[in-house]
Amino acid sequence: MIVTTEKLTKRYGDRAVVDEVSLSVRRGEVYGFLGPNGAGKTTTIRMLLGLVKPTSGTARVLGEAPGTPKALLKVGSLIEGPGFYPYLSGRDNLRVHAHRRGVGKTHVEAALEQVDLVGAANEKFRRYSLGMKQRLGVAAALLGQPELLILDEPTNGLDPAGMADMRDLVRALAAQGQTVLLSSHLLGEVEEICDRVGVISNGKLVAESTVEQLRGDTVLLIKADPIEKAHVLIEGSSLHGDVLHVRETDAGALVRTLVHADVDVQEVRPLRRTLEEVFFEMTGVA
Amino acid sequence: MGSVKAELLRLWKWPATWVLIGVWLVMSLTFGYLFNYLALNGGTNTRDLSQQQLISAMQPENVGAAVVRGLPMFGGAIILVLAALAIGSGYGWGTWKTTLTAGPRRISAMAGTLGALAIIVVILVTLTLVVNFGAAVTVASLEGWDWSLPGTVLFEQLAASLLVAAMWTGFGVFLGVVTKGPALAVGLGLMWAIVTENLLRGVGSLLGPVESLTKVLPGGSAGNLAGAVGGSGAPGVLNDLSGTTAALFLVGYVVFFLGAATLLKVRRDLV
Ligand SMILES: Nc1ncnc2c1ncn2[C@@H]1O[C@H](COP(=O)(O)OP(=O)(O)OP(=O)(O)O)[C@@H](O)[C@H]1O
Ligand SMILES: [Mg+2]
Repeated sequence: MIVTTEKLTKRYGDRAVVDEVSLSVRRGEVYGFLGPNGAGKTTTIRMLLGLVKPTSGTARVLGEAPGTPKALLKVGSLIEGPGFYPYLSGRDNLRVHAHRRGVGKTHVEAALEQVDLVGAANEKFRRYSLGMKQRLGVAAALLGQPELLILDEPTNGLDPAGMADMRDLVRALAAQGQTVLLSSHLLGEVEEICDRVGVISNGKLVAESTVEQLRGDTVLLIKADPIEKAHVLIEGSSLHGDVLHVRETDAGALVRTLVHADVDVQEVRPLRRTLEEVFFEMTGVA
Repeated sequence: MGSVKAELLRLWKWPATWVLIGVWLVMSLTFGYLFNYLALNGGTNTRDLSQQQLISAMQPENVGAAVVRGLPMFGGAIILVLAALAIGSGYGWGTWKTTLTAGPRRISAMAGTLGALAIIVVILVTLTLVVNFGAAVTVASLEGWDWSLPGTVLFEQLAASLLVAAMWTGFGVFLGVVTKGPALAVGLGLMWAIVTENLLRGVGSLLGPVESLTKVLPGGSAGNLAGAVGGSGAPGVLNDLSGTTAALFLVGYVVFFLGAATLLKVRRDLV
């Protein structure tokens, strides 16, 4: 396990902003930390980095207590947007960060290369576009080859092209075996690049599973004639108007059964709930 | 060590560092030499300063006094602004977040910042000395005076200058951490250094206890130390305490400001 938390809680006043969250991130996966605005994603991540002390509960990051040098040196992070000196160039900002992380200049160049900022490395951070700023944030997070990369809404504020670039970057890192904890309030993003998902709502972790499991079993929709006969033939099917729903994955076998019984099969297709539907159901946000 | 290098790199390349140091050097030359020189030459009216005092103030021999007398108030205010900005802006830029998640312990990160600021402040005091000495030699040559190098009292005056500078640095750092931003830190700091203490001194002439208090406030202690090492003759320089007493108070302030700032930095959540 790269990250584990046990009933991790943060209260501000008497409001539990993060409420007994127990999650786990495994080595080599891209973990999507999904939740609507204000759900407690950033607060949880701040606790994993030792920026905020939990009110109760515990967290372990790479087997270490959060915020200790041992943990921090193995984690690269970008929390709520990049924090850099506006008057320094991208390269100088990374050099400052490299000194703190105890790595040399070659790492700085490699990181610039990885996020495709070599051409703009000497420009002042202040003049960077939002997309460039985010990429520099990822570059800083990559310094020192961390075992875990924590990216808090890295696509926030980016245009579609910038978002796609950022996703490609995360996917490329994941392909190299990089463990990533990625927070987001965008389902499409998580669906596209994450292996497992933790869903947080109102400070509570309401689900943690693979994207597939989260969607639930696939239901097949069948349109046939006569539909009543099909309903009898297919065990466990339910009639919805003039179509059948059945929890079954072997569509071929179903169709053969129906055809052998002289039933005309007009349509068979999977009826997938979108992650969006699942998400709204779980978080009660529409 | 990495933390000091990191902070030094970003302070060194920060335009504000050099703008503030530059402004201070120009101020120090203008008030320490340029005006005195003009008064000495064209000046039919040198007000309450006698010719002899003007000449003495500009002698290369007395450069140490020239350096130390500027620091209790105006130089101190500039140093305070530099420190408050250096610490406070990190909250708005989000660089504290980057710094505190980079790896080093919070206390090392803070020590790095303080170490780098100390180096910058030493540079500021050194540049003040060099530039003032240059001006003094220039004036002495223009006027054709016989001049000599400063004596060992220079070291005492430089030590006093550094202690005064350290106190104002600490004050700025403290305000930056407490207010978590540059604007309020600079505002409060300037207000204190230039206005509040002077107002209290005004009240002090009417109320005994306030008067004794003003002597040992940060600016008061700084002024008294400058006065004790021969820096009289500038705003904010006082002669009410012995040098040792003033120095002890200043050390106390440095320890308090830096200790409290570091403790807050280490303990407090960063959100
Ligand atoms: N220092 C604080 N004091 C009081 N409340 C806070 C503090 N920090 C965060 N909160 C509250 O905690 C809740 C969760 O905030 P958090 O930033 O963790 O949410 P998030 O999931 O990251 O949201 P977003 O998607 O908008 O970034 C919010 O309602 C916020 O107002
Ligand atoms: Mg957030």
